[in-house]
Amino acid sequence: MDNRERIIAIVKGVSKKSSVPDASESLFDSGFLDSFALPDMVGELEREFQISIPDSDLNPRKFESIARIEAYIESRK
Amino acid sequence: MASILAFGAYLPERVVTNQELGERLKCDPGWIREVSGIEERRYAAPEESVAAMGASAARDCLERAGIGAGDIGLIIVASGTAGRRFPGPAASIALQLRAGQTPAIDLPMASAGGLFGIALASTLASSYGNVLVVAAEKMSAVVAREPIDPGVAVLFGDGAGACLISRDGGSARIVDQLLHSDGAFAEDLRLDFDAPLAMNGRSVIMQASRKIPGAISEILAKDHKVPAEVEIFLMHQANQNLIDRVARSLGVEPAKFYSNIRRYGNTSSASMLIAASEWWQNPGPKAGQLICFSAFGAGFHWGSLLVECVA
Repeated sequence: MDNRERIIAIVKGVSKKSSVPDASESLFDSGFLDSFALPDMVGELEREFQISIPDSDLNPRKFESIARIEAYIESRK
Repeated sequence: MASILAFGAYLPERVVTNQELGERLKCDPGWIREVSGIEERRYAAPEESVAAMGASAARDCLERAGIGAGDIGLIIVASGTAGRRFPGPAASIALQLRAGQTPAIDLPMASAGGLFGIALASTLASSYGNVLVVAAEKMSAVVAREPIDPGVAVLFGDGAGACLISRDGGSARIVDQLLHSDGAFAEDLRLDFDAPLAMNGRSVIMQASRKIPGAISEILAKDHKVPAEVEIFLMHQANQNLIDRVARSLGVEPAKFYSNIRRYGNTSSASMLIAASEWWQNPGPKAGQLICFSAFGAGFHWGSLLVECVA
């Protein structure tokens, strides 16, 4: 699986939904994630990609959409 | 380190239910409960000030401690909703308590104010003897500012809490304290002059979800303790979903986190002291029990406090 597929799997798992919005669409505005699901998703991203996301990077905008999450993960390589 | 002598609290009489608020703000009462755990909150009377509520909580605390106002060496008052820029409510509370010329310091902090107040008091008690910490908030006046955001307005209530710290012993010894601040997120939760409360809920929840369990784990590790050894966690009452999340992060049952948010909503700096006051009355501290306090709020400021009951 590439990074996007791994991210989509995480979003589906956290949101408990079988589909995901377009990569550029907001996960919050589209109703896939609420505020309390966001910390769960960040934790899953840390486990899946074996990274530690510092508190200073915990800006919701970085995790707003699948594309933004993918860009963030790429930036951490 | 100093000790805790007593807690006190004051809640205004007026109960504002989700039903009432839902009708006014055009939102579903069930939704309020679902997103916050809140069913009702208290609103102060129009003429009831932060200082008046704080003085009432302080009197309750002093009465429980069996201490007169003349025996207070210092007063620290936390509030994020004081009615004017200066003077803050501290001097007014001292006057209402008839505490003479006892020094009274304002701590213009929101949700972490009660915790920071106790931490400062425990350090200053060696110089000032009995230090009275008060936290009082009139959030109803803040959330009524236009334009009203229903998602924010439903969360808050009014109230006051107080705690008396002494260098000369009490019912619980303050073992350790831990305070942190990070101004990088100052814009995410703020109250500008004459403006409505501005809150980036996602950022607040994301940071609080990590920083509160982090502060608790850090203080427990420093003192070679684990969460399971703590009798009760007395945390800032921000949101039931957040409280439950913090409990899960630490691997303890949510029941180990005292909660009264269903009845009072988020009373900002006062909430942790109100919760402590209720727990101190029932079931109350027993010798040997460990109690862990924690709070997080605008700034961001956050921290924890570890206490061991001695009687």
